[in-house]
Amino acid sequence: MVIGLEHYLIVAAILFTLGVAGIILNRKNVIVIMMSIELILLAVNLNLVAFSAKLHDLTGQVFALFILTVAAAEAAIGLAILVTYFRNRGTIAVEDINMMKG
Amino acid sequence: MTLATFFFYLFSIAMIASAVTVISARNPVHSVLFLILTFFNAAGLFLLTGAEFLAMILVVVYVGAVAVLFLFVVMMLDVDFAELKQGFLQYLPIGALVGLIVLVELVAVVGVWTVAPQSALATPTPGHLSNTAALGMVLYTQYVYLFEAAGFVLLVAMIGAIVLTLHHRPNVRRQNIAAQNARTRASAIENKKVPSRAGV
Repeated sequence: MVIGLEHYLIVAAILFTLGVAGIILNRKNVIVIMMSIELILLAVNLNLVAFSAKLHDLTGQVFALFILTVAAAEAAIGLAILVTYFRNRGTIAVEDINMMKG
Repeated sequence: MTLATFFFYLFSIAMIASAVTVISARNPVHSVLFLILTFFNAAGLFLLTGAEFLAMILVVVYVGAVAVLFLFVVMMLDVDFAELKQGFLQYLPIGALVGLIVLVELVAVVGVWTVAPQSALATPTPGHLSNTAALGMVLYTQYVYLFEAAGFVLLVAMIGAIVLTLHHRPNVRRQNIAAQNARTRASAIENKKVPSRAGV
């Protein structure tokens, strides 16, 4: 049995689904929501790398590298906002974050 | 069953199991640790497809930097996580429903749409180059503007994170080097005429 493109796509689809479900299940916990976003980006990377191997084209790996960069920047900024918010409000519960609501 | 098949299933099952634990763990520290395990297994899958450089970068950047950042924040914030975990069972049906729908759609897409006859995945690098060298050949020529844009994104993120978390406490005494250097003999020393036997 040969491991082909479909196997990787199915695994990435399951990982993506777990990330989406994690956002909905942990609606109160910002930290777990950010970890779910990391899972989703990892699933996207897995797809890009699998297609890169299938099509014999390095472009997929280059773009996976850029997604990795953006994901790292996003995690850093998000956690910095979280720390600032906790310092000001003393809580990180998502339903209390409504100061910008009109 | 070949060795590659065995390792594919090993990494995939371990990755999915640890991803399930990430979203369902009671303690966020456990979530972060299982996120690290997920990234390690994903790096293994990358290795199987021949993307060695990305696998190493995944371990270095994610496990070495991002996961540790998460761990620091989880441990630094004094949050009652049991309270945050309350809505989990309440949201379980809708979360499972949405997850199931998304999964069925994705699997339907993958199942219906066939790319080519089943063939083994091979690394796309030319024979005489390693994966890292081949990636560098295209990254610094064809994609050099995107590469510099990625560097700029990282710079902005770094400055933003520092600006956001920097805060000055009002009652901490700090050394003011400019004021120290600006002192002169005239401003620092005052001559007093003290009368004899009178004290200061």
